[in-house]
Amino acid sequence: MRYAMAIDTKKCVGCSDCVVACQVENNVPVGYCRDWVTETVDGTYPSLEIEIRSERCNHCDNAPCVRCCPTGASHIVEGGVVLVTPNKCIGCGACIQSCPYDARYSHPDGHVDKCTFCLHRVKKGQDPACVSVCPTKCMYFGDLDNPNSDVSKMIAKRKYKTLAPEAGTKPQIFYLI
Amino acid sequence: MESCTLLNIKYKHMKTRRDFIKISAVGTGGLAIGLSSVKIAQANEGGGLFKKLEKKPIVQNRYPTYCEICFWKCAAWTYTNQKGELVKIIGNDDDPHCNGRLCPRGTGGVGMYNDEDRLKTPLMRKEVNGKQVFEEVSWDEALDYIAEKLQGIAKEHGPECVALFSHGSGGKYFGHLLKAFGSENIAAPSYAQCRGPREVGFIATFGAAVGSPEPTDIRDTECLVLIGSHLGENMHNGQVQEMSAAIDKGATIITVDPRYSTAASKSKHWLPIKPATDMALLLAWINVIIENEWYNKEYIEKNTYGFKQLKQHVKQMTPEWAYGITTIEPDVIRKTAKEMAKASPAVIVHPGRHVTWYGDDTQRTRAIAILNALLGSWGSRGGFFLPESIHLPKYPSPKYPKPTKSWRDAFPGKFKLAELALASGICDATVPTTERDCSFKGWLVYGTNLIETLPNQEQTYKAIQSLDLLVAIDTMPMEITGYADVILPECTYLERYDDIRTSGTRTPSIALRMPAAEPKYDSKPGWWIAKELGKKLGLEAYFNYEDYTEVLDWQLKQVGSSLEEMKKIGVKKFKREYGGLYYYKGESIEFNTNTGKIELYSTSMQDEGYDPLPSYTPHPEPPGGYYRLNYGRAPMHSFSRTTNNPLLFDLMEENNIWVNPKIANEWGLKNGQEIWLKNQDGIVSNFPGKVRVTERIRWDSVFVVHGFGHSNKKLTRSYGRGLSDQKLITNVMIDPIMGGTGMRGNFVTFLTEEPTELEKAKGNPYLDGKQSIMNVGKEVKS
Repeated sequence: MRYAMAIDTKKCVGCSDCVVACQVENNVPVGYCRDWVTETVDGTYPSLEIEIRSERCNHCDNAPCVRCCPTGASHIVEGGVVLVTPNKCIGCGACIQSCPYDARYSHPDGHVDKCTFCLHRVKKGQDPACVSVCPTKCMYFGDLDNPNSDVSKMIAKRKYKTLAPEAGTKPQIFYLI
Repeated sequence: MESCTLLNIKYKHMKTRRDFIKISAVGTGGLAIGLSSVKIAQANEGGGLFKKLEKKPIVQNRYPTYCEICFWKCAAWTYTNQKGELVKIIGNDDDPHCNGRLCPRGTGGVGMYNDEDRLKTPLMRKEVNGKQVFEEVSWDEALDYIAEKLQGIAKEHGPECVALFSHGSGGKYFGHLLKAFGSENIAAPSYAQCRGPREVGFIATFGAAVGSPEPTDIRDTECLVLIGSHLGENMHNGQVQEMSAAIDKGATIITVDPRYSTAASKSKHWLPIKPATDMALLLAWINVIIENEWYNKEYIEKNTYGFKQLKQHVKQMTPEWAYGITTIEPDVIRKTAKEMAKASPAVIVHPGRHVTWYGDDTQRTRAIAILNALLGSWGSRGGFFLPESIHLPKYPSPKYPKPTKSWRDAFPGKFKLAELALASGICDATVPTTERDCSFKGWLVYGTNLIETLPNQEQTYKAIQSLDLLVAIDTMPMEITGYADVILPECTYLERYDDIRTSGTRTPSIALRMPAAEPKYDSKPGWWIAKELGKKLGLEAYFNYEDYTEVLDWQLKQVGSSLEEMKKIGVKKFKREYGGLYYYKGESIEFNTNTGKIELYSTSMQDEGYDPLPSYTPHPEPPGGYYRLNYGRAPMHSFSRTTNNPLLFDLMEENNIWVNPKIANEWGLKNGQEIWLKNQDGIVSNFPGKVRVTERIRWDSVFVVHGFGHSNKKLTRSYGRGLSDQKLITNVMIDPIMGGTGMRGNFVTFLTEEPTELEKAKGNPYLDGKQSIMNVGKEVKS
């Protein structure tokens, strides 16, 4: 089993519903976020292109945050999901420095926090909060090992890219372009 | 390449953010959100910290509601935890408005409930030691005072001199109260400041208004044409969902906008039109379609009136003619017209929503309606579907007295096609003049921040100074509440019952809103406030119920449901009873116009002395060094009413001033630099705004998101964040047909130095009269 996400940049409008849904679902303190939205504008008026991306932890296959964690708080569970165990975390911030995606933040309670792919929902057969709320249905979540999952199907039929592939982290968020 | 994080809330900025958290954690808000962790914790079996919390039983309830953060009114479930605290709001899967998916504002609705800046108790303006202050009073005292004042106005001037301004579900109760009192002067800024012209334009053409939610069949369209409509930034949920579905299906999107909107970035064709010239483009499109005979002759012959006159009228309005006006090249105009014709009738030339731009807006939306008529999209699959709604009988109530005067009397011979009262008109008619013998003396303002809603703020201030009574009913302190004599705190939509939602969609449906929690503080539901005030006015016969649930249950039983049933399901769908979703091919259609046909040539406009066919009129252009002030929406906010919501503030804290890089370079403006704007009348923005240097905006205009720059200090988060575009809208171009206030003819220049207090005060010369009060009395005294 390998959980992953495909996000269609052609449909995303950058409304940030994914961000607020995550904050509400996961009790992310006000002022912090586990996912966020970026916009890249390319070209000169009137020859322009915009790419809007909903970003989060890439749950990398080769996760530098897990390798550098001195206490083992950052770890990988079934499905390749990268998690942080708060009471093992000493808040040293090494993982924050090592992440090429800026996906982690220091929680006011003193530990590091990040996206969990809403594993608590996934275990109940639900999609992560961000995916389930998205008005444009631009996000697909599922098991890459299952060729019939939404995410496998989208990756099979569409062109995609990952972020910072040069970092060698083998990210598992795929942006359909 | 320019890159930006839409949400500048990543941990890089956390230091300042943490200070902020300390402040906001004082409120009761933190608690309710905090407890939601219990639920998450239980599910997160891996975490040690979480394990400690695991033992707590989690009993969750859910209560049906429909969202009140915008007019789309998506039905949803409000979830509470075992302590009865609000946890989250999730869309109702059965709801045709949202299909189980709320937009960011709906998802962030809990923030409205938790906002610690909410209005908490009734407040009354009093004078203490020569200073005007608000004092906390009981509901009894507040309502007694209002009733006495209202009766005084009725005795001296007539009950018609009281008006209601309303936005939102609860406005209906106050409308009912006012009609019972003897006035029909009930206005919503959503008409003359927003969608009014398009309704008049479509009624003149098809005999039917567009209505809300718009019956655009985007889901099945092959070609969607957006004219200044920025779907995706205006988060009209159902439409955005369907636009996404249309993208999936490969529909062609054509966007006409001087700004590279999000929708433009999703479009096959983006037409970066010169601002204020849309009419010329529309007429050229009509010309191309007629000249090339890209229309269904049989359909036109059978269903329309005035084709010949139209053909003659647009003969000279060629793409070459329009090119000189719009800067859109003739071959692009032809190519896009061809795309529309190819998709016909599965094409939508979108009527837009906020269409009060240049004062000829009814005529422009007429041109849009005519284009749709030529393409055969009205009542066609992939065009406009025929919505159907459920009619709920009105709860039995005595007849209203007949008013002897109406707002229309203040405007003899004007705005003859306005079907609803004009908020701006009532505001104007409040200012006494030598021509008017009776001006408005009392305003009830429900859920609408008139200062930030009506253009030309000086006129609004002037009107306010002329009032005997201004009552504001709201959930939050706003600019308008600062000017009120009495403020009545309503509880949020999550804490109250409201009328059953019956708006028409493809499938007729009803939706229930019920409270998920008791009203916080000393706030009350709108229905209760109206009823209690009614009693004080001796109008108890009109409020023949103890609790509003009696009304709802009675109404629901008339359509074969009940309150009990609706509490369980939230949304109930019904079968369509009045025909299909579309007209069938060759159907004989009777349109509700004078001729019974689609009027390409409008007889109703002609009868009232307006042009029966739309024409292009040039609009003023910005002088040197000035730029057209363009404004719009962001998906995470609903005007000024959401900017203080802690969850939505977190998504977007302030608006920026979009400036084209060429212009920024000319002025030496840098990204993030704080500047003030000054308009053509010397009015200066109330606060500075940060420059966003971006290629997404034309060199001849600037863009800001509407609703920011709150000047009420009681809004602890959003006070002074960003700037108010409304203050800069002082040139108002009135639509002679229906009184809409065209607001896109304002030009601004940049001030890099902070203006003096005197300069900033220009536009509100009433500093000695009734003042805006931000603090309650005891705070002032201490």
